[in-house]
Amino acid sequence: MSMINDGNILSLVTFLPVVGALLILLFRGDEATVARNARYAALWTTLATFVLSLYIWWNFDASTASFQFVQKVDWLGGAISYHMGVDGISVLFVILTTFLMPACILASWNSITTRVREYMIAFLILETLMIGVFCALDLVLFYLFFEGGLIPMFLIIGVWGGKRRIYASFKFFLYTLLGSVLMLLAIMAMYWDAGTTDIPALLAHDFSSSMQTWLWLAFFASFAVKMPMWPVHTWLPDAHVEAPTAGSVILAGIMLKMGGYGFLRFSLPMFPVASADFAPLIFALSVIAVVYTSLVALVQEDIKKLIAYSSIAHMGFVTMGIFAATQQGVQGGIFQMLSHGWVSGALFLCVGVIYDRLHTREIAAYGGLVNRMPLYAVAFMIFTMANVGLPGTSGFVGEFLTLVGTFKVNTWVAFIASTGVILSAAYALFLYRRVIFGALEKDTLKNILDLNMREVVTLAPLIAATIFFGVYPSPVFNVTSVSVEHLIANYTAAVEAHRVAEAGRTALDALHLIATR
Amino acid sequence: MYSAIVFLPLVGFLTAGLFGRWIGVRGSQLVTSGLLVASAALSVAAFVNVALGGVTEHVQILTWIDSGSFETDWRLRIDTLTSVMLVVVTSVSALVHIYSIGYMSHDPQQPRFFAYLSLFTFAMLALVTADNFVQLFFGWEGVGLASYLLIGFWYQKPSANAAAIKAFVVNRVGDFGLILGIATIFLMVGSVEFDTVFKAIPGLANKSFLFLGHEVPVVTTICLLLFMGAMGKSAQFMLHTWLPDAMEGPTPVSALIHAATMVTAGVFLVARCSPIFEYSETALTVVTFIGATTAFFAATIGLVQNDIKRVIAYSTCSQLGYMFAALGVGAYEVAMFHLFTHAFFKALLFLGSGSVIHAMDGEQDMRKMGGLYKLVPATYAMMLIGTLALTGFPLTAGYFSKDAIIEATFAGHNPVHMYAFGMTVFAAFLTSFYSWRLVFMTFHGTSRADHHTLEHAHESPLVMLVPLIVLAIGALGAGIVFKHYFIGEGHEAFWLEAIYRGTSNHIMHAMHEVPEWAANLPTVMMALGFGLSWYFYIARPDLPVELARTQAPLYKFLLNKWYFDELYDWILVKPAFWIGRTFWKFGDGRIIDGIGPDGVAARVIDVTRGVVRLQTGYVYHYAFAMLLGVAALATYFMLGGVH
Repeated sequence: MSMINDGNILSLVTFLPVVGALLILLFRGDEATVARNARYAALWTTLATFVLSLYIWWNFDASTASFQFVQKVDWLGGAISYHMGVDGISVLFVILTTFLMPACILASWNSITTRVREYMIAFLILETLMIGVFCALDLVLFYLFFEGGLIPMFLIIGVWGGKRRIYASFKFFLYTLLGSVLMLLAIMAMYWDAGTTDIPALLAHDFSSSMQTWLWLAFFASFAVKMPMWPVHTWLPDAHVEAPTAGSVILAGIMLKMGGYGFLRFSLPMFPVASADFAPLIFALSVIAVVYTSLVALVQEDIKKLIAYSSIAHMGFVTMGIFAATQQGVQGGIFQMLSHGWVSGALFLCVGVIYDRLHTREIAAYGGLVNRMPLYAVAFMIFTMANVGLPGTSGFVGEFLTLVGTFKVNTWVAFIASTGVILSAAYALFLYRRVIFGALEKDTLKNILDLNMREVVTLAPLIAATIFFGVYPSPVFNVTSVSVEHLIANYTAAVEAHRVAEAGRTALDALHLIATR
Repeated sequence: MYSAIVFLPLVGFLTAGLFGRWIGVRGSQLVTSGLLVASAALSVAAFVNVALGGVTEHVQILTWIDSGSFETDWRLRIDTLTSVMLVVVTSVSALVHIYSIGYMSHDPQQPRFFAYLSLFTFAMLALVTADNFVQLFFGWEGVGLASYLLIGFWYQKPSANAAAIKAFVVNRVGDFGLILGIATIFLMVGSVEFDTVFKAIPGLANKSFLFLGHEVPVVTTICLLLFMGAMGKSAQFMLHTWLPDAMEGPTPVSALIHAATMVTAGVFLVARCSPIFEYSETALTVVTFIGATTAFFAATIGLVQNDIKRVIAYSTCSQLGYMFAALGVGAYEVAMFHLFTHAFFKALLFLGSGSVIHAMDGEQDMRKMGGLYKLVPATYAMMLIGTLALTGFPLTAGYFSKDAIIEATFAGHNPVHMYAFGMTVFAAFLTSFYSWRLVFMTFHGTSRADHHTLEHAHESPLVMLVPLIVLAIGALGAGIVFKHYFIGEGHEAFWLEAIYRGTSNHIMHAMHEVPEWAANLPTVMMALGFGLSWYFYIARPDLPVELARTQAPLYKFLLNKWYFDELYDWILVKPAFWIGRTFWKFGDGRIIDGIGPDGVAARVIDVTRGVVRLQTGYVYHYAFAMLLGVAALATYFMLGGVH
């Protein structure tokens, strides 16, 4: 039996970053040496984790909807176990996480100068926790990973953040904590109802429709904050603005996706009846998010805030697609999350590039960068176009599919969401014009340098992903299709069964009434 | 071969774009132009093979999006309609590439320019070879991107940047409709592939579906949504505002993108979807109405513009209106014929005016020109040919295609068609007037340019003149040579399945049977326009000034382009920013944060303050509190013990 096998690969990928973190903890010497070693150690660890995670993608069997690479060990008594596994819905999020991490380390290379060791450790631990979220097949385990991720992120913003970092990190914590508390209550309720916290078992368990309503709401509270959905989105712009570049990349690239993943893993399959009942609410919040935050993005004066608001609008497409519960809607939603993962991540990296040079995020401080930074202008243009959803970039595929998938279910929702197509072009190009185009007139910009080798290496894989998956998204659809089909089939069956039962009960009542007459 | 036509420009784009620094200016010019010439040669071969040979070819390239029942491929479809567009796009593009070698010779960023031109050509070819609606949309947005980049090519000019954004965003308004149209097609048919969709449409002819809370007819809705996209791309009435501003781009760009090719994409879309439009009388009527209105409206604005390129831009807008008018009466072939001939003479006019601008050292205002025919005789000759073709002088290209459109509208049978007839005839008069006005103001009379410019005024180099000559040959001969195939006896054998015609649509025959007077009316209008223009700008040059003074309100109305920009700014742009700011400051700031996290934090602080106040430090306060506590506990247990 080889050292790496299907039974332990998920644990290896999940905990490899922590091993790297422990290693960094052992480094001794003067501060500069430790910092340099910590950077390299973190980079190699994340790269190794990425390579290792490709094993999962490579060996993934796309023809089945069941969980793969399963590992189950008893833990905390019989009821709760260490249970890991992935299916077509979660597997690509693992890859996304490991793919973005090396970029984050590289982006922090020179911009983080204080407590470098601790910073790298925080990121590596964060990586473990994030991968764990997508692999966990036990509710308690999931909860630990899900909430555990808050702590390193809280520290990253609070310690290495900008001027208002304390306000931002507390706002972030307050919002997410509120959701978490309700989710914890729901988890306990589920345990008392089903007698287990095992996710596959819970997926097979039938919750009564009234219970579904409460559980759905509790999970919704947590996931809606994470997404974030309107109106619980206001923590995101602040958190992004204050977070260091790499923190923003992780926030936008991965942590936002946990909400969408949660909807797909729990809300839709476990509480199908409640999901169907609440779908109109989700639709309403989604289209409000698209229009409202796009308009807000239009008037931002801070680059990071603008991109943060645009993220919220894009996540509106995701929630809309997921709750449309059609093949195109859900697959489009997953694709949109993945694509937004690297596109928004890349946009934040682009902001980081100029922030490192000028130490301001004010749009007004820039202008005419293309004159001195042609490479940067090209990279930023590609990601801007992906953000706008130009066909041929990955941004188009997800956005378009969610629209098509939702149009089937509700034309009003798709209609209003489509205005996002116009608005996103407006705010994104308006930003590009103010930062990149124009004459280079400001003295502070006269000597600004174009991308260096490290930055090129950081952005190149993201450009490649953006174009490749825009032209040939099949690798993603192949992996997700069977699992999504399975999800939708079960969902539709459950909703249908409930409807029949309701109708039956009404009919029975009527009969009863007639009989008693 | 077919793949090569489409992908050679992409190779050119990547080479010039990625390696422009290494291969240098000359290298970029040669690579992109050479590949385009090769692509054009192959297109001619494809045209002979497909259009004249009467076959339809498909080339499968790659799976694109495959999600459940939603399947779409990268797949080329080459039928007569496509091959016509291939010839137009690649030949004009090749000529524009060559012309640009001369025109852009002083620009420091030529590799980038040639890369963009090739990118545009690739996207346009992807659009016309699309085999499904999503790939068409790819090309559609791709040309939009290239147009954005080229309009804003001189990025140091704020006006160029503004025009670029405007072009992209206004086009997106049209795309909004196009996306919903594609979604509706997928919902109703379950496919986005052309052949499958076209086969399914007859079955949907009388069906309706629930759209935005109303039962609406399926086919009409699809058509109108698609047409909304076409209106954006082809700058039709109400979505036209971006086209005149797009003249901020370098002149070769205006010739290629904003005259000959991209702006005709809307016409192509409707012609391609003839199997759908034929099933909706309502949609066709709307198309005619918008087209005819644009033809008239844009021509009126063209009358008073002073920028040489803007005159031609409004002329383009107006001619596109003609094409839509023809599409709407069901004469798709006629519209395509006009698209074909228009590409030659309008590209000629733009490149000719570029030659003038080049000679005048960048001056575009006709009020500062005049009397140039002696200085740039070859350019003058070319511009004359272009003007003759545009105004429909007998036997030139425009004579056959534009007059055919006017005849087709006359042969139509409902009031809107008669409206279109009136509008297009009147617009023919206006076209002739403003076209000759341009010629007279630029080339005739006494010069109004300053010394310095005149001393340096020079005829353009051969690399610019040769493309002009080639286009001039097209402008003169394309009509008489191809009339037979496009709209004459041979049109059925030529178009085959590429254009569909309902059983009740006999327009192609009816248009040949219009009375003599109606057929000759456009020619009369042309002569009248010429005469009046001559009277105004040669015989009595003081008259236009006088007229502008006496008719000031009308003049201002036209000069300010019917105030569309001001209107949109007032009802759309300003409110969007205002709402955005309100949502941000008030919605997010005051309400959500105020009640949410900040509010909670404030309450927590209040409570803490209260708690702090409890900690007074006096022992008797604490003792009192403890006593209360003990009493409470004792009471609780005593009550508990009662049971």
